[in-house]
Amino acid sequence: MIAEAGLAALWLAAALAALQLLLGGLGLTRGHADMLSGVRRIALVQALLAVFAFVCLIVLFLQVDLSVALVVANDHSDKPWLYKFAGTWGNHEGSMLMWVTILAVAGGAVALFERQLAERTLIATLAAQAAIGIGFYAFLLFASNPFARLNPAPAEGQGLNPLLQDPGLAFHPPTLYLGYVGLSIAFSFAVGALVTRDVGPAFARAMRPWVLGAWIMLTIGITAGSYWAYYELGWGGWWFWDPVENASLMPWLAATALLHSVTVLATRDGLRAWTVMLAVVAFSMSMVGTFLVRSGILTSVHAFAVDPRRGTFILALLILYIGGALALFGLRVGTVKEGSRFEPVSREGALVVNNLLLSAVLGIVLVGTLYPLAIEATTGEKLSVGAPYFNTAAGPLALILVAVMAAGPLMRWRHDNLKVVVRRLALPVLLAALALAALTVLAPRIGLLPRLGLILAAGVAAGSLAPLWKRNLRRTPLFTFGMVVAHLGVAVSLAGMASESAFIKETLVAARPGEVHDVGPYAVRFDTVEPVAGPNWTAVEATLTATRGDRTPLTLRTQARSYWAPVTETNEAAIKTVPDGQLYVVLGNPGEDGRWQLRLWWKPFVTLIWLGGAMIAFGGFLSLIGRVWRERRTARRAAEVYA
Amino acid sequence: MRKIVLWAPLVLFLVFAGVFAHGLLSPSSRDIRSQMIGKPLPAFSLPPGAPGHPPLDRAAMATGEPHLLNIFASWCIPCAAEAPQLQQLAEAGVAIDAIAIRDRPEDVAGFLARWGDPYRAIGSDVDSRVQMAMGSSGVPETFVVDGKGIIRHQHIGQIMPEDVPALLAAVRAAR
Repeated sequence: MIAEAGLAALWLAAALAALQLLLGGLGLTRGHADMLSGVRRIALVQALLAVFAFVCLIVLFLQVDLSVALVVANDHSDKPWLYKFAGTWGNHEGSMLMWVTILAVAGGAVALFERQLAERTLIATLAAQAAIGIGFYAFLLFASNPFARLNPAPAEGQGLNPLLQDPGLAFHPPTLYLGYVGLSIAFSFAVGALVTRDVGPAFARAMRPWVLGAWIMLTIGITAGSYWAYYELGWGGWWFWDPVENASLMPWLAATALLHSVTVLATRDGLRAWTVMLAVVAFSMSMVGTFLVRSGILTSVHAFAVDPRRGTFILALLILYIGGALALFGLRVGTVKEGSRFEPVSREGALVVNNLLLSAVLGIVLVGTLYPLAIEATTGEKLSVGAPYFNTAAGPLALILVAVMAAGPLMRWRHDNLKVVVRRLALPVLLAALALAALTVLAPRIGLLPRLGLILAAGVAAGSLAPLWKRNLRRTPLFTFGMVVAHLGVAVSLAGMASESAFIKETLVAARPGEVHDVGPYAVRFDTVEPVAGPNWTAVEATLTATRGDRTPLTLRTQARSYWAPVTETNEAAIKTVPDGQLYVVLGNPGEDGRWQLRLWWKPFVTLIWLGGAMIAFGGFLSLIGRVWRERRTARRAAEVYA
Repeated sequence: MRKIVLWAPLVLFLVFAGVFAHGLLSPSSRDIRSQMIGKPLPAFSLPPGAPGHPPLDRAAMATGEPHLLNIFASWCIPCAAEAPQLQQLAEAGVAIDAIAIRDRPEDVAGFLARWGDPYRAIGSDVDSRVQMAMGSSGVPETFVVDGKGIIRHQHIGQIMPEDVPALLAAVRAAR
């Protein structure tokens, strides 16, 4: 019954999305002024129905209803409840249902909360959101039905990929999808504004909180995903330039650029066409990412379903939506009036450089991700593009970007004096020089990129705090604090990345219990190896004791696990965090004469990478609250004046 | 001029979409072809892989007669499945050398006793180094090597009964 109810809700939601598009179109062409409240309500009900369908699927997974094909393929009654719950989206159909649900909820949120946007533009926006919805509902209903029944029902499910049996699955996909699909709002706003030719500061101010919200979620999702891969895969790396990671990075780069250009549009009425373009590109990157992952065109841990028919379906949707939006852009943006101009040395100028660099990095990542596909399509040859390309091509640009980030907030809008700007930058430059001197003396042999990274991190940390210098902190708006925290987060994260790659220590040994091996400042004693059993796995567990001078010894337990549903081996790393870094230990295979492979890493300050990511997201959050407060207050004042 | 620039994103996107469509619609295999086809075998010298068989090195492969080089392992189930086909090829007069990957001689001996022994020389490649130098990415794989020691053909995965004629033809072509 629950499955049928979910399926019915999905069909109804699809029908409502069609109605929403139709009424929106009528409202725009016939100019019925009262159409908006109807469209708003439809969008809300559509969102509720999609949420209902998603909840139905979650209930089916929690109950392990083995008459539903998707549950059979991905669930197992031995699994802890958290993984039954999170397993709902640990598969193709479930994750697409989550995608569509978030799309509908995003549309519903706009319908419920958006009061600033011009009425006609809002109708066009909601119609565009419905248009995207229809395509993806169709994809679910015709090519990926999550509620399909299985007859006869088997006695037990096949279980969930053990790599996904981790609390990370409960957080990483939902936050990432909130970010991915949240960007659909920016896309629909841009399409709406192109339809009504209404691109201006008011439009930008209305769009900004939505972009910020999606961007915060995307930042959290990427940061969490990076940490998850770091501890769960047991490879000791935090970013692999895996195509699917790139698929999440590309929308983030576009959204970061959009976040900054929308500020120029809101404050100075500049960069009109560019901002609209970025809004289209950001969500297009989300859809391209979904396509790359879901079509099976790329092989990856994340590509659970390999089915060319689904790939063709999503590709058709991409051509329809991205192609349609870009065609609309070509047709309409020429009629959008050019925004106001500015001098090169100004806040706008710095933001343009930020946008160009972010776009260049985006281009590099896009080319690196798609190049293997293009080569295979043309010559049939298989190759892969890895870290050496991405690091050498994108690394230097990213470092320049970070340097500009320190200077930008210290410049005035419209035009500024270069000499004065340089003077404002004196302290950051001094700190960077000190870092350079310290590194030259203390660590003369580290690589160029990590060295530059550490130097920049020192300078940028100071530079990002500089906007608060000599200001009355009580009267500084919250969104300025948000910017400072986010920029500081970039410096912190950069410091973590550079420190990890410059000072990492690795020891790979075949060790017998009782032996002691050194890694970094630690002496690690291999104490015992013992079998242990969990709810749906068995494992051998190694216990190790790490000592460092006369500090309290750390006890580490690492496991090589065997799951039985499905049969898979995983390595559970032992990770101990101390103030100046992490000790990371992985138990490998047994070797001859009672030896075990042990991999020991000492990673100085590696946690700063994710701390920085969290700070960036928190800065975005402060900024969002600050913006919404200010807009509310301005609206209230305006109302009082007219009253 | 400005007009053209405005349409550039659409054109660029359509080019990408075209590449995707091509990639999706043309049937693609996940096999990785060796880059070594047409090139001489890499220099190697392996210890014996099983009792009763001579060890294998590069010189032993360039005998003037074409033959097969089978990459297998006792722990590999498809390798057991292709054993009858290898037997059939050996009976047709094809010399078959082998490299046992990440294996132990006693396990290989057990494997040969159970599934049949079509091999002449067997080398033991405990860390897959020679396998990688051959451009092989898995077990089983079978290479056709001509009399001068040049790799002529690569068969990826287990040899099915219907693959035998093609392999025989490849051996004949390498003569």
